[in-house]
Amino acid sequence: MTTARPANPVRSGNPALLGVAGLAGLLLVIELAPRIGLVDERFLPPASTILGALVDEASDAAFWTALSDTMVAWAIGLAIAVVAGVLAGLVIGSVPVLRALTASTVEFLRPIPSVALIPLAVLMYGTDLGSTLLLVCYASFWQVLVQVLYGVADVDPVAFETAKSFRFSAWARIRYVLWPTALPYVFTGIRLAASVALVLAITAELVIGSPGLGKEIAVAQSSDAVPTMYALVVVTGILGVLINLLARTGERRLLAWHQSVRGEVPV
Amino acid sequence: MVTIAKRVGLAVALPLVLFVGWYVFSAGSTNFYAPPLSKILTAFGDTWQTERLKADVLPSLLRLFAGYLLAALIGIGLGVAIGLNRRLRATMEPVLEFFRAIPPPVLVPVIMLFAGIGNGMKVTVIVFGCIWPILLNTVEGVRAVDSVVLDTARSYGVNGPARLTHVVLPSASPQIAAGLRQALSIAIILMVISEMFAASNGLGFTIVQFQRSFAIPEMWSGIILLGLLGFMLSLLFRLAERRVLRWYEGLRAAQRAG
Repeated sequence: MTTARPANPVRSGNPALLGVAGLAGLLLVIELAPRIGLVDERFLPPASTILGALVDEASDAAFWTALSDTMVAWAIGLAIAVVAGVLAGLVIGSVPVLRALTASTVEFLRPIPSVALIPLAVLMYGTDLGSTLLLVCYASFWQVLVQVLYGVADVDPVAFETAKSFRFSAWARIRYVLWPTALPYVFTGIRLAASVALVLAITAELVIGSPGLGKEIAVAQSSDAVPTMYALVVVTGILGVLINLLARTGERRLLAWHQSVRGEVPV
Repeated sequence: MVTIAKRVGLAVALPLVLFVGWYVFSAGSTNFYAPPLSKILTAFGDTWQTERLKADVLPSLLRLFAGYLLAALIGIGLGVAIGLNRRLRATMEPVLEFFRAIPPPVLVPVIMLFAGIGNGMKVTVIVFGCIWPILLNTVEGVRAVDSVVLDTARSYGVNGPARLTHVVLPSASPQIAAGLRQALSIAIILMVISEMFAASNGLGFTIVQFQRSFAIPEMWSGIILLGLLGFMLSLLFRLAERRVLRWYEGLRAAQRAG
């Protein structure tokens, strides 16, 4: 009775296998539903047709240009937002008066939906990269800023006072006390901003028509190329998953010394 | 008294400076695209009157609330089911992660295929966009319910619906609230975008209309209105959240002090 039997992976619930089964199930449903007439094939083509369109797209140079356009807008916008957010957050967070003065303004500006800026972006930059960048930067800036503010507020006052009484210079205090405490928050902010930046980059392209994947989706939609449209939507989803994974792994690598990561049991 | 006055003063000072600054510096503006603030304010008063509010703002808000409520109901319901069942969770996780990663606005053209361009489409888009953060946060929250508490409840014979409403949901509610908050901003974004795409009324539609007809002060007033709307909705949400989660805030404060 005590001899260990090799556990049946599905029965015992191996998460990876179950996950693959879930994905396969989704593909199967999308393949079968249009084939047996559950949904109209013109609205939802079978998974194999979408996959075919995806392969077609991948062999098309225009697709890769659009993909790189989107990624460039994402990367530049995110970089600007992160640098601006971190700098502003450190300055505002470490000066109490500034913090009190700006709190209401931050709270007011943050929930303004970034899409409200679309008409403004169109007027200012037309359908260029600039209008995508404006939206991406605005939306992701707040994610970073708010996290940095939380991070700076989390600094141990005793440690800070100690550094002060040891006559650490202002720079050294920021470098050795403030920055290490705030860093995990900064990374959370960057991770959140990375996904928001992708959403806004593709939204701007979709609505404004600046070059990129979003514009390709709009074009496919207006020319009734339904499988292509689905293929592109799948690409944006994969991009989103990749960016999420990348941000999480990067966070874990760079914060390997930090309690929040060290304390986690590696799975 | 003094501290309250000071706090109000601090909260109002910068917005006031920014407002006055904008007013003064834009007063002599001859830039067509950046009209003086006084002009924008006049346009605001002229544009957003009862009739327009009824014809454009109200439909937008109704779609927003309908979509948001539906997403909350479906998201929390499915989330509890998936969170309580380990095998179901392992099966669904990659699929859910994938759907969450799709930028919600690209669903607008997809859902337009199925639902045309009517109200149904807009509500569906909102539901499909904001369901994911609610769903995933509920799953996480339900998963994190203290197993000791669960076992205790079970040994006291607290089962079925009572277990759900008295043990699982309260314990998961801070996480659920976090998901609902994320979903709120997505809902506003989707409301505007679905109206920019195809609509005959609504805030998003009207603002784009103004922009296309170069009614710049009116367009600015629309942007400001959207901003105020976003701000007010997040304020309302925070009030409601504070009310519902008061016990949790108290718990956290006690833990911090202890």
